[in-house]
Amino acid sequence: MTSPRIPQNFERPFTRRGLFKGMGAAAAFATVPGALAACSSSSSSKSTGNSGSATAPVTFGSNYSDASPKAAFAALCAAATAAGGPKVTINTVDHNTFQTNITSYLQGTPDDLFTWFAGYRMQYFAAQGLALPLDDVWAKIGGNFSAPVKTLSTGLDGHQYFVPIYNYPWVVFYNKSHFAEKGYTVPTTWDDFITLCKKMKSDGIVPLAFADKDGWPALGTFDILNMRINGYDYHQKLMKHQVPWTDAGVKAVFDQWAELMPYMQTGANGRIWQDAAKTLEQKQAGMMFQGTNQVAAQYVSDNAKLDDLDFFQYPAINPTYGQDYMDAPTDGFMISKKAKNAAGAKAILEYIGTAAAETTFLKTDQWDVGVATGLQAPSYDAIQTKSVTTIAGCKAVSQFMDRDADPAMATAMISIIQKFIDDPSTGNIAGLQNSAEQQAKAIYTS
Amino acid sequence: MTDHELDPATAGAPRAPRRRRRVGRLSGRDKAVVAVLLGLPILLDLAFIWGPALGTIGLSFTKWNGVGSLSTKACLPNVPSILSNGCLYGVQNYHQALTIYPEFWPAVRHNLIWLAVFVFFATPLGMFFAVLIDRGIKGSRMYQSILFLPVMLSLALVGIIWEFMYSQNYGLINTVIGHNHNGNAIDWLGNPKLNLWAVLVEATWRQAGYVMVLYLAGLKAVDPQLREAALMDGTNAWQTFWKVVFPVMRPINIVVMVVTVIESLRAFDLVYITNKGINGLELLSVLVTSNIVGETQRVGFGSALGVVLLVISLVPICTFLYLTFRRESQPKGAR
Repeated sequence: MTSPRIPQNFERPFTRRGLFKGMGAAAAFATVPGALAACSSSSSSKSTGNSGSATAPVTFGSNYSDASPKAAFAALCAAATAAGGPKVTINTVDHNTFQTNITSYLQGTPDDLFTWFAGYRMQYFAAQGLALPLDDVWAKIGGNFSAPVKTLSTGLDGHQYFVPIYNYPWVVFYNKSHFAEKGYTVPTTWDDFITLCKKMKSDGIVPLAFADKDGWPALGTFDILNMRINGYDYHQKLMKHQVPWTDAGVKAVFDQWAELMPYMQTGANGRIWQDAAKTLEQKQAGMMFQGTNQVAAQYVSDNAKLDDLDFFQYPAINPTYGQDYMDAPTDGFMISKKAKNAAGAKAILEYIGTAAAETTFLKTDQWDVGVATGLQAPSYDAIQTKSVTTIAGCKAVSQFMDRDADPAMATAMISIIQKFIDDPSTGNIAGLQNSAEQQAKAIYTS
Repeated sequence: MTDHELDPATAGAPRAPRRRRRVGRLSGRDKAVVAVLLGLPILLDLAFIWGPALGTIGLSFTKWNGVGSLSTKACLPNVPSILSNGCLYGVQNYHQALTIYPEFWPAVRHNLIWLAVFVFFATPLGMFFAVLIDRGIKGSRMYQSILFLPVMLSLALVGIIWEFMYSQNYGLINTVIGHNHNGNAIDWLGNPKLNLWAVLVEATWRQAGYVMVLYLAGLKAVDPQLREAALMDGTNAWQTFWKVVFPVMRPINIVVMVVTVIESLRAFDLVYITNKGINGLELLSVLVTSNIVGETQRVGFGSALGVVLLVISLVPICTFLYLTFRRESQPKGAR
């Protein structure tokens, strides 16, 4: 079950470690002048980004706190050391705690390297001078990645700040045996999709398993509908608030969603996505739209038939954009501005930004895929192999609303979309759009 | 000394030298002890209560995301937030909270509902349990243990236990009443019209036990002779309780009242465990946290919400202090 996640989420923010980090940050603001002077003199020597030595040990702050990614991450660091890099000390923090404390962590006494996410979520911290530019690293590893991946790793100022390790696609999952048994076919257009949903409903099956108790899964549905209807550029503009939330394009997204709502599992706001995945496993539901990182992972942890699981791309709505885009959130690594051994940290990242490193990391992973161009790791299963080709077939991939937008705006949208799920009627949509726009104004501009 | 000063008859010139002499009688060691015993709490109070409180009030007039330092410059209008950080924002945070922040008024309403349920339901229920158990019914020790059990669990754990009860497809309640199918499942924790009440059941489950124990201790301390005397005078159980026992228990009633108000204003854990306090479970405490703790912080905005919670909390605190001090000074005034 999922409940074990919950105490983690709740109790860990108050761990001693988290507290110390917070205190460290507080101390950075309020220390006695002597300490402050010492602090500034040490940080000024580091801001050049070439301090330390490529062979001296480095520290790595990691949010890969679950057992399996933690082991894979340890293997990756060991491989980096074996490949001639410095010795790595890993400091693992529960991933929610890590993300919650990131601001004070980066301003306090951060590790040399830290795990993070691509997109605006990276640019936000880079723009405020909390991360070290990695242009020299990218000069060496750039050839391993495609141009869109480099764009993902680039800050608002045009410098690279991020080295990716893996991503995963958001697609529509189904059980192959279920589709074969009922004679369903994979839809590629919206009309086919709705027809299939109707058929499933008449067969007594929930067409689309759906859960949004955690708030973020439904943001994925908004993202994909938005990119199918309005395209990738519109999505990026909306996320940066260059298009108002009261725009007709946003209304079109909600209207389209309202058409689909009768076929989505009811009571989503009270269901965790793990439970929704279980209804797909048990064939009570026919399809589910979410990331492989969740659905395939849940199949593995439930010992369900992973080889029966398959997926297809979200059907096309607007022929202009077809199935050109999708959310494929990318995780990776950054170097903190206050790194004590930036040269050593860069040596580690130069190794991590290779296909060999990604292969090492993904050895035990059954759902994420590497981002190095054309990487087909020998350990990949059918889902991963298909993920690689699907992502490669996209003209552009976005990161997910909470990674492309200011996270405060994503939080506001969580509440707005939950209200939409409660009442998807046309009369409700305009009010929700107004509320989104008012909050966006407060969040993006003063 | 205060009552002397309040009394016009005794106030006057002869008073001052006596007071000075009294202080002068203290030895150096006495003074040191007084300084430590008085100074230390005052210092701790200033450092850990007044300092942060005043700091929060100060921050509530700024716009700051926790990165970099604060300045006394006014925020620039109409520029991206990231370029206008750590600046003075006037009362904008309060204005935004009251006008465009959709969670604010629901949170205030939910806090008030929480308080009302605790005052009118959870606390009387706990008192009822205490009176029943105090009457020495059969197996009272067992009931006492069972009812007290939830109090020993952390609220985080209480939230998780009830999650198993309320889960839509797999929960105990929906399974027992046969509403666990996809078509007819009752969405206890996800339906914003239901979930506050579902969580209040959880809160009451624990709070009633807490109040029961406090009350039970009070009831045990009531002189049995009072009851016997009331019985001799021919009162029934109802009259004995309301006319004799209840008034005697005034100190414990005040404690229970204070505990009830505090527990409902600081409510946080249960809703945070359930869904991080969104979708019908907004509370002021959660809004403060969700704006201040997190990846991109709105420290100024969260502080403004914290100040609102402080102001609301001051109402019962001031009422309580007023009542307490009036109670203490009354007997002296009567003398």
